[in-house]
Order: sequence, then C-alpha cells, then structure tokens
Amino acid sequence: MSVSPLQDSIASHETPGTKFFPPFEMTPELEAEIDERITHYPDSKRSATLPLLHIIQHKFGYLSAKSIEWVAKKLELEPIKVLEVVTFYPGFRQSAPGKFHIRVCRTLSCAMGGSGELMDRICELTGIDRSQSDSHHHPIAVSPCGRFSVEFAECLASCGTAPVCLVNDDFHEGVTAEKAEELLGKYKEEN
Amino acid sequence: MITYSKPPHPREHRLIFKNVDRQGWDTSIDCYLQDGGYEDLKKALGMEPKDITGEVKKSGLRGRGGAGFPTGMKWTFIPPNNTKPVYLICNCDESEPGTFKDRYIVHQDPHQLIEGMVISCFAVGAKIAYIYVREEFPQAAEILEKAIEDAREKNFVGKNVQGSGFDVEIYVHRGAGAYICGEETGLIESLEGKRPYPRIKPPYFPAALGLYMCPTIVNNVESLCHVKHIIRMGGDEYAKLGVPRNTGTRIIGVSGDVKKPGYFEIEVGKLTMRELLYELCGGPKDGREFKAVIPGGSSSKILRCDETFKIKGPDGSERSLDFMDIPLDFDTLAACGSMAGSGGVIVMDDSRKMSWVLNNLNSFYAHESCGQCTPCREGSMWMKKISDRIVDGDASPEDVETLESVAYQIDGKTVCAFGEASSWPVEAIIAKFREELVAETDPKNAEKPHNAESAAQRKFLAGESA
Repeated sequence: MSVSPLQDSIASHETPGTKFFPPFEMTPELEAEIDERITHYPDSKRSATLPLLHIIQHKFGYLSAKSIEWVAKKLELEPIKVLEVVTFYPGFRQSAPGKFHIRVCRTLSCAMGGSGELMDRICELTGIDRSQSDSHHHPIAVSPCGRFSVEFAECLASCGTAPVCLVNDDFHEGVTAEKAEELLGKYKEEN
Repeated sequence: MITYSKPPHPREHRLIFKNVDRQGWDTSIDCYLQDGGYEDLKKALGMEPKDITGEVKKSGLRGRGGAGFPTGMKWTFIPPNNTKPVYLICNCDESEPGTFKDRYIVHQDPHQLIEGMVISCFAVGAKIAYIYVREEFPQAAEILEKAIEDAREKNFVGKNVQGSGFDVEIYVHRGAGAYICGEETGLIESLEGKRPYPRIKPPYFPAALGLYMCPTIVNNVESLCHVKHIIRMGGDEYAKLGVPRNTGTRIIGVSGDVKKPGYFEIEVGKLTMRELLYELCGGPKDGREFKAVIPGGSSSKILRCDETFKIKGPDGSERSLDFMDIPLDFDTLAACGSMAGSGGVIVMDDSRKMSWVLNNLNSFYAHESCGQCTPCREGSMWMKKISDRIVDGDASPEDVETLESVAYQIDGKTVCAFGEASSWPVEAIIAKFREELVAETDPKNAEKPHNAESAAQRKFLAGESA
C-alpha cells in the first residue's frame, strides 16, 4: 500500500472512536451517489467539494488523507484545494469522533439556559475529559469507550428552546443538565 | 379554521408562519396543494417578470436576513445588458446568534420556500437556484431535497414549468459549520467549493459579479417566502401591513430571560418593546427585572432597558423615546443606535453580568472570524483574551479601555461586515455598562503577568535567573 503524500499534512490520529467506522474505501454504489451529486453543479465541478466531503465523512466518520486525495482526483483539483477546505470548516473532521457525536450549543442564549452545565454533565456521565480540548485546534473529545464524543458548537439557531444539542443528525431541545442522562440513554442501548 | 398545537398570540399576524405548528399539517406536497399551494406561482407565471419585480418593489419588502435592504431593488441591480446566466441563492445559513425563524420554515413548510423561490427565479431570469443550508440542519436538507423532488414530479420545478416555457432547477447545498457563510459573498465562495473568504464590494456586488462571476441574487429564506404572499396580495395591498417604509410582517425570535421565549410573527412596527416583552413573552422571570436587550441578533448593539433615546423624525423634529416604547421596525431601532437585523431578540435580566455576556460573544466572534483581514482575525482574538481576563477577575481598569480601542480598530477596516458584527457588541456593552465592567477590575492586576511566558520574562528582566 502506498503512503499518502498528504498524510503528514493532516491532523489525523487514532481515537477510541476509530473502531466504529470503516476505513475509507470507494464502492460502485458510493461513487454512483457522488457522480449524481456532481451533476448538481453543471457550471463548475469544484462546487461539489463540500457535498462530496459530506458524503464521505457521513459514511467513514472523518476525512482521511486518502479520502481527501480521492476527492481531489475526482474533481480534477490539486489536493491542497480540498485540504484547505477541510481545515477551514468546523464541520469537517480529520480524526474519528465517537459513534455518537454530541454538539452542544455554546452561544449566548444557550449559555444563559445552562449549556455549560449540560456539557459538564455529559462529560461526567460518559467519562470524557475535555481538558485537552480547545475551540480551534482540538474541539472534539472522545470517551474512553469511543461510543460518545463532545464538541461545543456555535449557535444552532434554536435560541428559544435553549439549551440545545445535536447528536449525530438528531436535534434535541430544552436539554438541561438534569436531562443529560435521559438523552444519553436514548443512544446507550442502540448498537 | 386552522388550529395550532402551539396557538399564536392574538397580537400575531401569521403569513409566513401560517403553517408552523398547524395541526394536521405536514411537509408533503399533497398537504400543501390541498391548502391552495402553488396557485401563486401559476399566477406569477402569467405575469411579465418585470411586473413581478415591480410588485415586490411596491410592497416595500426589506430583506429579513439582517441588513434590511429592499428586496425588489436588489433584483434590479442585475446589469440590464447582461448576457451571462443568472443564479438565485437562498441563504439558509441562519447562524446569527439569537435568530431562529428560518429553521421552522424549512423544517415545517418547505414548499412555501420553493414556491417563493420559483417565482423569484422567474422574475430575475434564473434557471439554476441553490438553497445554501447550514450543516447543522441535516434534517432540513433532507426535507428540502424531498420537497424539490416532489415539486419536480408535479412540474413546479424543472423543464417548462406548468407549460410556461420557463425552466428552473433548484439544488440543496450544505455548508459545513462556518458563520461567515451567512455573508453573501462568503457564501458564494463556499458554493464554489472554496474557503468562504468574503469578496470586497465594490466590485464584487453579487447582482453583477456573483457565483462564477455571473449575476447572482442572494436572498434570505423569509424574504423569499414573502415574495409568494406579495404576488397573492399584490404589492400595494401587502404594503398596507406594517408601517410606511417598514412594511409587511416579520418573525421575531425572543430568547433569554423572559417567562415565555419563542417566535412571533408580527406586523413590522405595530408592536413596542413593552408589548413584545410583557404581553407576548410574559415579562421577566419571577423576582427579576429586565436589564438589557440585544434587539436584532448578536451583532446588533445592545440597549439598556432603562435608556431614553433622543431620535430625529423624518421631518427633522426631535423627540425622546423610552426603551420600552421603541416600535419594532427597522428605522426606529436604527435611530436608537442599534438595528432590527435578523429579528433575534436576546433578553438579559438583572442576574446577568455584562462581562460574562460580552465574553460569550467575544468567544463566538473569535471562533468564527474567517481570518482573511488582519484587524478582524487578530482583533477578535485579543478582544476575547481581554474579556477572559475580566471574567476571571484578572483585569485592570485600563484593560477595559484597551478592549474598547481594539474594537474601534476593527470596524470599518475589513472586507466584510463581520468587522462591525464582532466589534459593535464590544463597543456598545462598554459604552452602556462601563462602570459595571470597571468595577470588576483591580488596578493591582496591571502589575500581574498575564501568562507563564510573561512571568518568566519579568523574572529575567528583574535579574533573577530562570
């Protein structure tokens, strides 16, 4: 297997969550989905960069060097043009999150509603250590078992039902710290 | 008779939110059609495109995304001799803290948006439209894609719409968690597959040089929905809603320290702050008093609830106006030194420390600055560092002055309005709560090093070996 030349440029590392995601591998079904998506941009293939990265991240959990190179080749771009997109947007990850990635809203209305306390309670219940996290370079912290990970998100646009969070693609509102256990319970039994 | 699971307040006027929380309502096209959906599109297709733009101009509709720019006028900025393709983009990045209105439209009433978009595309001559949905709305993206597919099946989207000879395609494009993509030129860069660094205006006004350097109209979700109602009612009739220069309805989202936070669709300018905060939102929490309000999304300047403003009328006469008597329109809030922005009202009561509020917002802007312009990239981070010190009790009184001076070195000196968005909250909170902030500081802190590095440096300079 060849080593990707991008490997040294990306902030990829093993996490306890890695085991829940399959390694990057292109299949005919996935490529068909990608080809269809590219047709949404008849005037410039490069516009498909974000959608392709979403499709891949959704399936493989994060964006490996190999997947970034694959997207670059597919869209006939230099790999740096894709890498600079991945490193800019908070929605793209270079390492695996937990199986269930929890994004807690940090911004004013949710903070007033107690989202800081909610985050603390989730970490307490899942054994997540956020002491090594920072908002810019290491926003995600993964639980030792790899089932859960947390990240503070900026305004999730539901200020009237604060505090709110996203668990993968599921949106939850009015989640005060007292309801953290109930929230996690919805995902604990699920395999 | 429409019934609601969460009934609207009697003071509301539901146009855009008619179907939000409506009992028996779902996002299917059948449900929408049974309610008379897409009839306004059929009507529009029988009109001349320039007459549609004319109706929108007559309606007085002002953009609901934040800037309040007249929508119809924006449409006329497409160069008249244009030969390039025209694009329409729906801005569904809804990311201004305090704003939560488009969320309900796209999750509960997607066809209203699609109908408004197709009418708008027909008016401006766009054959391809994109809905830029923020990444944090994954379900909305699915709902919209399904709705577009169903609309295409019924020939409301696609080739030769309803036999009119007009072709239009709508696609959903998901963002990836960056606030700056709500800025229209940043959004366009993002849609081109790049980092969303905003473009400088002039020359890059999207209506002339937008997506792929072609004329592009970027409108907010709510604004595009209003177009449908303007066609139904006629521009003149629509303009009777609200007050002159501030027409129609708009959705106000109230969050923070009120008894009943939530969304309310009201006629623009027909309600005062007092009515909004006491009648619709139930007043302050028990035993509390209102302290301050951010009236139009986190970037708008904060107002004190005990403030009295001196404002000038259109005829030049001056009058004084108490905070609670401010009508909720565009012009009066601007005259009071703030703005109606995106309609996101954040309320703080007397239990809140303004230093904490300020630091929360500074953290937001430091995280979301795209980094293109130096004053904003560096300034937003320094503002956060200084407000961190204030909340930690490590600040000196001069820090408040430094913080203020950093803010004034950002606004007006950046490519896009993020510079103002990040510095206005600081400027306003310091101007209105200076004493409170200074009271949290201590002159002795000026002597203290701020980090391990400066502590080591001081030791070295004092001649103590490390």
